[in-house]
Amino acid sequence: MALDVARIRQDFPILQKEMNGHPLVYLDNAATTQKPRQVIQALVDYYEGYNANVHRGIHTLAERATEGFEGARAKIATFIGSPSANQLVFTRNGSEGLNMVAHGWLRKRLKPGDVVITSGMEHHSNLIPWQMACQETGATIKYIDLLPDGTLSQESYDRLLAEGNVKFVGLTVASNVLGTINPVREMIAKAHNVGAKVALDGAQAVPHMPINVMEWDADWLAAAGHKMLAPTGTGFLWGKMELLEEMEPTYFGGSMISEVHLSGAKWAECPAKFEAGTPNIADFIAFGAAIDYLNGLGMENIYAHEKELTEYAWERLSSIEGMRLFGPRSPRAGLVSFDVEGIHPHDMSAVLNEDGVAIRVGHHCAQPLMELLDVPATNRASFYIYNTKAEIDRLVDSLLHAKEFFGYVS
Amino acid sequence: MSLEGQHPVNLNTLYQQVILDHYKKPRNKGAVENAVLKKHLHNPTCGDDLEVQVSLGPDGKIDDVKWNGRGCSISMASASMMSVALKGKTLEEAQRMMHSFYGMMKNEEGNYKPLGEIQALVGVSKFPVRIKCATLAWHCLEEGIKEHEGGGTNG
Repeated sequence: MALDVARIRQDFPILQKEMNGHPLVYLDNAATTQKPRQVIQALVDYYEGYNANVHRGIHTLAERATEGFEGARAKIATFIGSPSANQLVFTRNGSEGLNMVAHGWLRKRLKPGDVVITSGMEHHSNLIPWQMACQETGATIKYIDLLPDGTLSQESYDRLLAEGNVKFVGLTVASNVLGTINPVREMIAKAHNVGAKVALDGAQAVPHMPINVMEWDADWLAAAGHKMLAPTGTGFLWGKMELLEEMEPTYFGGSMISEVHLSGAKWAECPAKFEAGTPNIADFIAFGAAIDYLNGLGMENIYAHEKELTEYAWERLSSIEGMRLFGPRSPRAGLVSFDVEGIHPHDMSAVLNEDGVAIRVGHHCAQPLMELLDVPATNRASFYIYNTKAEIDRLVDSLLHAKEFFGYVS
Repeated sequence: MSLEGQHPVNLNTLYQQVILDHYKKPRNKGAVENAVLKKHLHNPTCGDDLEVQVSLGPDGKIDDVKWNGRGCSISMASASMMSVALKGKTLEEAQRMMHSFYGMMKNEEGNYKPLGEIQALVGVSKFPVRIKCATLAWHCLEEGIKEHEGGGTNG
């Protein structure tokens, strides 16, 4: 069913605003999405109605806060197909979840000679934790070849797995620059065949398409709430229960213990074991409201909407002279990265900003990929539930404005 | 309510004609023979990449300045204008010019007339995220001079 975008837009106060004298066209959703009234209201309801710490007090406010907080956990767990809410650990963002895997599981297991596989299309958050774990343990990190069309070479992946000693694979579900959607189910199965575990970076996938961790047989999945309508400071790490049980906590302190003596301490069960200290209670309750909002629209419908926008954007952008589009045309996530000959992305963004169009420019926290593509930076337009074809037309008009402004540069 | 930049300014404030002219027709791109100071710097947040090379004449004055790199119009135009302005100056005069330019980027009061056409970059001070683009070439000069005076020439 097609999304009722006009109605959706009414739910987003910021979309009613102008930027530099023009109606705001917000195309930076891969960085963070805007928030609907329902999510903002959940924050207000908590602070005005039942603000209290969770998991501790016996009073009614604490009960309500705990119920809201744990209710959100259950909603998110169901949203990604987890059999249990206890497998869903709240984190500040996607990076934190991946770092927890590197710190609490991978570093404890890697030995010299072991191999970790990842790729050159990864966001720094799904690269540096693995690089550091290898550096500190003497393990080797290997990279799957990137093909000219922006997909990963499955032959290269097979070869790396066959070379042996692979303990771990860190892989993005969807690239934040190329838009490539990796065949994660097949790639996980191949890793499991050689006894390796797989952590997935779901930051650009979970907000945009139906996800089922059980169908994929994923070992870990990390994602960020603020990229899916929820407040900043929210994310999660999902893991298989036996792996979460094996994994050591990264942070220690309140809430994460079962018993503490002066001689030592025992950890609480999952997920409390990984959640030391008072969490962002309001923000996670609002994350639950964001999940309700997305479920109300239907993830299949959201995916179809973004697919239609992305295909339209690809078609319109590719007709501009001097345009280079990155990544495969299809299938792709709801974003398009591009370079216009002779106009540096920072100059491009300055013109677009003047015209009320917000996009992301830069290296997108993927510097190795910029090197592979041989560009210093790219422009990226990324879409979500409230974007329209008319907004893509505004993007194209503004790009043409930039071309006119900077003229031809040899 | 409209969302405006902190200091609402239009595109022409940032991109004065002389800047676009230097960007489209960069002066002094390349390498100098017998460079005595050479510095390559990279701006990690935007990917600007620049090398500046300077040779000195027998009188100790700057004989030639060349630069190479890639980046946005502001960083390229700034390098181009700097290369024109530095020729014939002593290193001391060059450093004085550099500090004057930094002052202009910080929006400090001052007499910037001696900077000549480089004054066109004054609008950049209203765009905080672009200041590092405008100063990249001058940072190359600054670091290059430091290394030269410290005895090394490699960047």
